[in-house]
Amino acid sequence: MPASSAPPQLASPAPKVTHHLLNYRLRLIARYLILTVGSLIVIIPIYLAIVNSLLVPSQLAHQPPPFFPTNPQWHTYPDAWSSGHLGVYIRNSLIQTIIIVSLQIVTSVLAAFAFAFLEFPFKRTLFVIFLSTLMIPFEVTVTQNLSTISSLGWMNTFQGLTVPFLATGFGVFLLRQAFLSLPPELREAALLDGYGNVRFLTRVVLPLSRPVIAALAVFSFLGSWNQYLWPLLVSGNDNKIRTVQIGLKQLAATQLDQINVSLAGTVIAFLPLIILLIIFQKQLVRSLTAGSVK
Amino acid sequence: MILTPKARRKNWGLAALFLFPSLFIFGVFTFYPFFENFRLAMFQTPPYPGLPSKYIGFSQYASILSSSEFMQSLLSTLFFVLLVVPTGLLLGLALAVAAHKALRGMAIFRVIFSSTVVTSVAVGALIFGTLMNPIVGFLPWLGINPNPPLLQSPTWALPSIAAMAIWQFLGLSFIVMLAGLQSLPDDVLEASRVDGAGAWTTFWRVTVPMLSPTIFFGLVVGTIYAFQTFGQIDILIGSQNASQLHVNVLLYYIYQSIQGTNPDPGQAAVLSIVLFVIILIFTLLQLRFVERRVHYAGK
Repeated sequence: MPASSAPPQLASPAPKVTHHLLNYRLRLIARYLILTVGSLIVIIPIYLAIVNSLLVPSQLAHQPPPFFPTNPQWHTYPDAWSSGHLGVYIRNSLIQTIIIVSLQIVTSVLAAFAFAFLEFPFKRTLFVIFLSTLMIPFEVTVTQNLSTISSLGWMNTFQGLTVPFLATGFGVFLLRQAFLSLPPELREAALLDGYGNVRFLTRVVLPLSRPVIAALAVFSFLGSWNQYLWPLLVSGNDNKIRTVQIGLKQLAATQLDQINVSLAGTVIAFLPLIILLIIFQKQLVRSLTAGSVK
Repeated sequence: MILTPKARRKNWGLAALFLFPSLFIFGVFTFYPFFENFRLAMFQTPPYPGLPSKYIGFSQYASILSSSEFMQSLLSTLFFVLLVVPTGLLLGLALAVAAHKALRGMAIFRVIFSSTVVTSVAVGALIFGTLMNPIVGFLPWLGINPNPPLLQSPTWALPSIAAMAIWQFLGLSFIVMLAGLQSLPDDVLEASRVDGAGAWTTFWRVTVPMLSPTIFFGLVVGTIYAFQTFGQIDILIGSQNASQLHVNVLLYYIYQSIQGTNPDPGQAAVLSIVLFVIILIFTLLQLRFVERRVHYAGK
């Protein structure tokens, strides 16, 4: 911008103001233009999925494509829910996710408390061991975990689906940071009041750490709800524990002539998470950006 | 804090009790399978199930790493990462810069841009699979009607999957970049503007260097995300065509080694080690680079 880099005292006041105003207006327009284009890139695929889920199948191939459902086929939603078994899959996903989220919080709180407040031998080494789990992506261990689960007889069970994920190095790291940032006087005051460690944890640390625990919960909810590889391997060809994500694959594969129904299923699987995002945006951002900003 | 020896010992017991659940899970489901990979990688899977597997040591690495199938898988993976990560981060940064100022309607834009972070790979695959379906009228209407169709073409299948992955990564990229921008001290940006620097200069000379820790965090996260791509390929391409369409990225190659009629744990173990080493190298390189840049920026 050459205009704004000119030495201010040389320009006479009046034209400078109008020039700046024009500049500001142009920049504002450019900004909203970028925002609109970006929004369209994000929204058009989702919007078309919703529109297509309501079309009569023959309309799908129409050119130009219908951008509004003139004859909405609402029955595709109950179809996906019952004959596509999406109701069952959503129940399974909920069970899986609730088990993982609640127990991840328990194991992380306990370990983080030990690292933040207790004294014990090999503390640093153990913490490094915990952190090193962050360097091993689950995908790298998936082959062996599958044979472990299968030799335990846990294929097609909720244990098999969830137990490998009941501890999280990220959760321990996040909570330990939060616990350490609590004022140290709290610990001393609690000891003076005769609080043992357990009471200090449940009465002082947990209530004060609710926001960060909520952040971990939202993060781990998202992670487990959207898991794909592991549920695919563990649930095999069985309906019993099949999750939404694997159900969607089935929906896409078995009903090619019913794209509208499979897209209705997609919307059903997607909508709860959008609502979750709107409600828990702050917590989600906090957990996703943990470690990015010093 | 002064503790009596008795309280200290009690502490040890409690610490052990508190650490045990996590340590047990990590031991069984992270460390054991991780190290087991290195043992299995030494054994050749027998040609028929039931026969004992044969110890062949490091020659298994040599035979797999020199195979043309592996080379092709590795190249596809790297090409995919190169397509997804820089594009996703640049788009995320551009949108974050645009949505950073507290102007009218910004809350709505922020929710929209963040929204793809909650989409699962299956949801993304179905949405884009339909859009890219040659029968559905959208792409032909835009004049994009290649033969063979996008997802059945050896040239276009991988970039198409990459386009989905970029769309899906955009939410995370935007969230990370916006948080980074908001953590920058306003006074420095203000000072640069008062010094007479234009918006463009301020952005490249001040904002980007100060944002470098965030950008590299995004690089690490994005690289790991791209290496883990699996679901879109499984849903939209499938085992039979993955190799022929050049989309059998490393993780999919691992999956193919353990699924199917003749699983090959030895090969899967070698490939898992390769995947681990590549992700590790990328992460360490990026971390090293961050440290240098952060010092360079004088923070």
